[in-house]
Amino acid sequence: MKILKLIFKNTMRHKLRSFLTAVGIAIAIIAFGLLRTIIDAYFVGVDASSDTRLITRNAVSLTFPLPLAYREKIANVPGVSLVSYGQWFGATYIDQKNFFPQFAVEPETFLQLYPEFLLPEEQKNTFLKERNSCIVGRKLADKYGWKSGDTFRLIGTIFPGDWDFVIRGIFDGRDPATDETSMYFHWKYLDERLNLTARSRSGQIGTYYISVESRDNVVRVIKEVDALFENSLAETLTETEREFQLSFISMVGTVITAVRIISVVVIAIILLVLANTMVMTSRERIAEYAVLKTLGFRPHHIASLIFGESITIAIVGGLLGLLVTMPMIKGFSIFLTQNLGSFFPVFEITNTTLALAMTAALAVGLIAGTFPTVSAVKMKISDGLRSVG
Amino acid sequence: MLVNVESVSKSYKRGTQKIPVLQNINLAVPEGEFLALMGPSGSGKTTLLNLIAGIDKPDTGTVKVSGTDVTNLSESKLAGWRARHIGFIFQFYNLMPVLTAFENVELPLLLTSLSKKERRKHVEAALDVVGLTDRMQHYPNQLSGGQEQRVAIARAIVTDPTLVVADEPTGDLDKVSADEVLTLLDRLNKEFKKTIIMVTHDPRAAEKAHVARHFDKGVLE
Repeated sequence: MKILKLIFKNTMRHKLRSFLTAVGIAIAIIAFGLLRTIIDAYFVGVDASSDTRLITRNAVSLTFPLPLAYREKIANVPGVSLVSYGQWFGATYIDQKNFFPQFAVEPETFLQLYPEFLLPEEQKNTFLKERNSCIVGRKLADKYGWKSGDTFRLIGTIFPGDWDFVIRGIFDGRDPATDETSMYFHWKYLDERLNLTARSRSGQIGTYYISVESRDNVVRVIKEVDALFENSLAETLTETEREFQLSFISMVGTVITAVRIISVVVIAIILLVLANTMVMTSRERIAEYAVLKTLGFRPHHIASLIFGESITIAIVGGLLGLLVTMPMIKGFSIFLTQNLGSFFPVFEITNTTLALAMTAALAVGLIAGTFPTVSAVKMKISDGLRSVG
Repeated sequence: MLVNVESVSKSYKRGTQKIPVLQNINLAVPEGEFLALMGPSGSGKTTLLNLIAGIDKPDTGTVKVSGTDVTNLSESKLAGWRARHIGFIFQFYNLMPVLTAFENVELPLLLTSLSKKERRKHVEAALDVVGLTDRMQHYPNQLSGGQEQRVAIARAIVTDPTLVVADEPTGDLDKVSADEVLTLLDRLNKEFKKTIIMVTHDPRAAEKAHVARHFDKGVLE
């Protein structure tokens, strides 16, 4: 019979109380995991960013275009290994609620710049050859039941008119954070049409995607690219892909801060729940601790008993919470992909969140056990024995 | 003398008020003695027992048990000393409700370096002395009050302590169970040569002791 056995038996003494406390912790861990995953979902684009990719856009705003003619100048900046470009298309599929991100890109360089889009070679070659073809992410294809060879029509908003496409490739993400809810098609397909219908908008792109040879050159290249177009009609703003993604997140910064605060409040609540249980438990057992001390058990033995019980309940609650959180987030992911895919292209619980949740549960167990432990250790034996009967 | 209490005084604070509990107590208990400390509630007998057992400290005076001045020991050393030298019997048995009789008796042995096998041997021997080998797997709530107290006695003697202290050991028992417990204490004293100091209200309990000393208002008569 060892201390561990006594901890286990003590934990099981009030089964309902321990169970309800563990369930309370589990619910809080579920909420914590869910909230953290929401925050992570906002940052997924940032996490997927490359250190050596830059985005150049019009310095006034992202909605203002840049001339295609800039491409050669940017490509000549020392340290730049590849330049591609794209244009946000922003059309709707059948109905406005069926929105998903679409980009008109220069396909060959774009696919070289973004190797995280995994596309079978055969599909890639067909896509590069056909002007009206496109590639779509796996999640997007699954959502609409698309397969290679299918055709569909988009209704233009920024670029009015009906736009027909044939799917020539379905790409998978190399990493979990890679967006699989977008569509990419030939910029020339867009530009040729604009040349006929809105000539003033032809020959313009939204953003340049720049690959830099080495991370050491990033700061210099940013400066040199923007310096090239100073005092021009379309001045540029170049930033790393990460900064570019963060600028989008800053728009919902308050929401993210609120979610972060709530996730901390949730942990504080479970701390109170467990602390309450442990104080009640400890108060009921004052005489037992006094007897143990009388028999020669030292403060660390008493601390082991109280912390052991507190941590056991916290860990059981934490594990229970994670067991439910993982399938629950999977379910949310499916729901979001089908309904809000463009907002949260990736909605997965990360190992960091799992570790944070368990660390939070453990910390709660430790903190909740501290006050009763200090009280029990400081208690005079004669006072403790007096509480009997 | 196994126990030597010299010029011991003890008081408790209640707010700003100082309430004297023991006043200049002197007591000597020889080895093998069975001493009963009697007196009305609040007379200080349990306080004296606690001082002798090393679970409280006097304001003044010394308490020596088997030559060790327990008033000078640190809390940590006192804990070790109690584990080695003192066997406790409480009025309300104070068994761990989640542990079986065997596990309750085994508790003090967990602080020793004995192997599991050796611990089992000691526990079975102690339960045999109190006549409860057939109840060793029972939990306290499956035992009668008398049986619980016998388990508590087994727990008190399992480490073969120098001194057994009992605080109202029959206070919560019916007459039959109380007689059984007193007979057992008497046996421990006579057969196993245990020195016992027992606090009691019960004159019948005191009769079993060799010597009875009376307390009144913190003074030993």
